[in-house]
Amino acid sequence: MQSQLIDAFKKIVGPDHVLTSKEELLCYSYDATPGFANLPDLVVAPANTQEVSRVMTLANSEGIPVYPRGSGTNLSGGTVPMKGGIVLLMTRLGSIVNIDAANLVATAEPGVIVADLNKAVEEYGLIYPPDPGTVATATLGGTVSENAGGLRGLKYGVSKHYVMGLEVVLADGTILNTGGKNVKDVAGYDLTKLFTGSEGTLGVITKIIVKLVPAPEARKAMMAVFSDLDNAGRAIAAIIANKIIPATLEILDNATIRTVEEYAKVGLPTAAEAVLLIEVDGIPEVVEKEAGKVFEVLNANGADEIRLAKDAAERDKIWAARRAALPALAKLRPTTFVEDATVPRSEVPAMIRAVNEAAAKYNVTIGTFGHAGDGNLHPTIVCDLRDAEEMERVYKAMDEIFATAIKLGGTLSGEHGIGIGKLKYMEDQFGAAGMQAMRAIKKALDPKCILNPGKLVGEC
Amino acid sequence: MSKDKALLADIEDAIANCMKCGNCMEVCPIYKELQNETAVARGKLALIEAVLQGRSDISAGFDKRMAMCVSCKACTAKCPCGVKADELILRGRQAAVKARGLHPVKKYVFKLLANRTLFDLALRMAGLFGPLQMKKLPGNLAVVARFPMPGLDRRRVLAPFAATPLRSRYPETITVARPKMKVAFFTGCTINYVYTDIGQAVIDVLKANDIEITLPPLQHCCGTPVHMSGDADLARLFAKHNIETFERAGADYIVAACGSCAEAFKLEYPELFRDDPVMHARAEKLAAKTFEISEFLVDVVKFRRDNLGEVPSTVTMHDPCHMARGIKVTGQPREILKAIPGVKLVEMKQPDRCCGAGGSFSLANYELSRKINDRKIADIAATDADTVATSCGSCRMHIIDGLVQNKQDRRCLHTVQLLAQAYAAGKG
Ligand SMILES: Cc1cc2nc3c(=O)[nH]c(=O)nc-3n(C[C@H](O)[C@H](O)[C@H](O)COP(=O)(O)OP(=O)(O)OC[C@H]3O[C@@H](n4cnc5c(N)ncnc54)[C@H](O)[C@@H]3O)c2cc1C
Ligand code: SF4
Ligand code: SF4
Repeated sequence: MQSQLIDAFKKIVGPDHVLTSKEELLCYSYDATPGFANLPDLVVAPANTQEVSRVMTLANSEGIPVYPRGSGTNLSGGTVPMKGGIVLLMTRLGSIVNIDAANLVATAEPGVIVADLNKAVEEYGLIYPPDPGTVATATLGGTVSENAGGLRGLKYGVSKHYVMGLEVVLADGTILNTGGKNVKDVAGYDLTKLFTGSEGTLGVITKIIVKLVPAPEARKAMMAVFSDLDNAGRAIAAIIANKIIPATLEILDNATIRTVEEYAKVGLPTAAEAVLLIEVDGIPEVVEKEAGKVFEVLNANGADEIRLAKDAAERDKIWAARRAALPALAKLRPTTFVEDATVPRSEVPAMIRAVNEAAAKYNVTIGTFGHAGDGNLHPTIVCDLRDAEEMERVYKAMDEIFATAIKLGGTLSGEHGIGIGKLKYMEDQFGAAGMQAMRAIKKALDPKCILNPGKLVGEC
Repeated sequence: MSKDKALLADIEDAIANCMKCGNCMEVCPIYKELQNETAVARGKLALIEAVLQGRSDISAGFDKRMAMCVSCKACTAKCPCGVKADELILRGRQAAVKARGLHPVKKYVFKLLANRTLFDLALRMAGLFGPLQMKKLPGNLAVVARFPMPGLDRRRVLAPFAATPLRSRYPETITVARPKMKVAFFTGCTINYVYTDIGQAVIDVLKANDIEITLPPLQHCCGTPVHMSGDADLARLFAKHNIETFERAGADYIVAACGSCAEAFKLEYPELFRDDPVMHARAEKLAAKTFEISEFLVDVVKFRRDNLGEVPSTVTMHDPCHMARGIKVTGQPREILKAIPGVKLVEMKQPDRCCGAGGSFSLANYELSRKINDRKIADIAATDADTVATSCGSCRMHIIDGLVQNKQDRRCLHTVQLLAQAYAAGKG
């Protein structure tokens, strides 16, 4: 990039906040997605909305690609600057603007770490429910842009259910406000939802108004072991059919169970085809009643063993098994792909079987765990990116997994987003008309295609 | 293969294990302050990876980034992939030393360090002439540098060098009436030349438990500072010297009163000689009988509790990185504190978060290590304890500096000093 241009960006954000050294560029060339990296020309870290706007105005007039970035923990290549240009680092916009406990609303800047927001609202007895595995590192802006979910998704939903309003800087620098603090608001197109989950392709989010909910007073966790995967599937369906929505309903498949046991020795039966981990939360009396009901349902559907956590220590032990799933798998091989193919919950057993078949057919190692209650599975493929022959088989297995998900009426991504990682499957899910509509929206808001170009909807 | 790449080739597999999840961002104290990806473990490992992939080389910038680490091991403890990032970053530093040489100031200091007699002389002189160079502050056993010294921030509060080093105050062997065992005390430099009060407390406490003590006069710096700067060859020289010295001491156990010094004997020395089976076996043998003082008192000695007097104070505990995540000793110092009548233990938030000292890191990056330490001081203040107990001389020095800079009237002691006070109070 020409030095006058670099100087112009330095003028906007201050010389310390434009990074150009080789080492810094290398460190902003990647995110948590294996297999994608490319050097930006510079990294720009604005401090406020006005600076973001001025950076965008300049980048737009010069036609420079801009890649917004929070903490760079996404799993779809969403922040990788594939065409060089600018990585727009949003972490300096890092304050919680206000907590309006009376209206159960908080306003925060995009660089706030999700766990810090939760810590701040805790003293009001409130929670911000979206809790991805990366709560302690991911930014609010990044999670909203990915529409991230987490363990509590079944009962509490994902980010989009909590975003009430946004301040967004468009590609040309225009500052736009969407939504607000109104619980009911039907005026106009729902731009708030449009920008939520847009992965930095439509605008740069500079402020976020989120809904908060009261923290549950009580919770109860249990674990059920199944020697037959289909029974586990039936149990999942029966819990919901009994009108109980657990906060969390997780599954570990056999490959995951064996790996977790090998690594963490938490007492999982290694022959089991599936383990379900369940937690109900809410008002103490209701929690007791629901836990009892879930117990019955598990029993009636052929659970071989059920462990009910009697106290906090036992609850911790149950969740230790779930927490160990990714670390245990990740330690098997150097490279780890955490996918998030999602299917209607009734298809969870079919999906797990299809993943196992793909693993056997292409001779790759895959452990599947995830949010069984909402059908959001994490087939986790461990391999070695440096082995070209193995990677060919890995990518073939992935193709098959995503094709199956779509065939079962599912979706490519339950929470990690599309980015570039899953771009090639988009047309399979949305068809030509769907893709065209999305590209038209992209072109309307970003005519020069400078915002995260080539991602989500591809070239335009 | 390029020259730079060859220097790192043996850690290529270890580097490939980093899945770039970024979990280390949550805990890295340096990243917390700088908010720059080059500062976090993920970034530093990515720079090593770039060299291995031929996309970059061991530049001055590479060297600078590898130095941005207090070796607190928080990233390693957090990593889902089991990547030992702190050790790999150290390997990056070693490669930088091989490719680019040591920083001239460090080269000079290490040359001095390598020569035990010269080193001893220099630090004794510092003790004799210290009062000239340092302005004494009231209370708190602290001074600030009066004249600018190379690599030293003038505002910084340091402890004065002792007029007489610890080992010169005692005979080589300190006998007791009915010895039940004999330990060799590895004092480490900080305790020998600066915090002699800690060393004295160790001796008093061991004596109170009927243990004979030997202070091998030829013992030398554990080598951690040079090791941390990336000079592995020199570190091996130190290690070999100390192994020989302590083999000759012929004690039942070796005791150190500092997490890093104990870690050197217990973990680093065997690791340094992983390619030398004979030395490795000798190092392992010593490692097996080395203990940090609180670990020794609780697990091996089962220290006397029947003659402890009252030490009225509210105490909060700071766990040094190399205690918490190095040798993993956090329960024992607490057990000691809880045994002392009159001590009320109030835990601070994140007691095992790095205090920012990081050995020589704080010399080269005082401002940054001050910021990290200010967070620790705020956590200490929130407990309202009158005493901070810890298990490391450099942590103690850095915390005292922080207490003074933040105008807080609290004292910082080694845990064993509180125990020594309790035994003294018990006598009468
Ligand atoms: C170990 C691990 C576990 C995970 N577990 C989960 C999980 O359980 N659930 C889940 O949903 N995800 C999970 N993720 C994925 C990831 O943590 C989330 O996608 C998270 O939302 C990313 O936040 P971030 O701040 O790192 O965003 P980044 O990775 O920096 O960015 C993500 C996307 O948002 C865009 N963006 C960032 N900030 C802005 C902004 N201010 N304005 C506009 N666009 C912006 C970027 O361009 C990019 O496209 C996991 C990832 C890892 C590595
Ligand atoms: S070092 Fe470990 S925690 Fe940090 S990014 Fe790599 S794998 Fe994740
Ligand atoms: S050892 Fe500590 S300072 Fe160094 S990278 Fe890891 S967390 Fe950061």
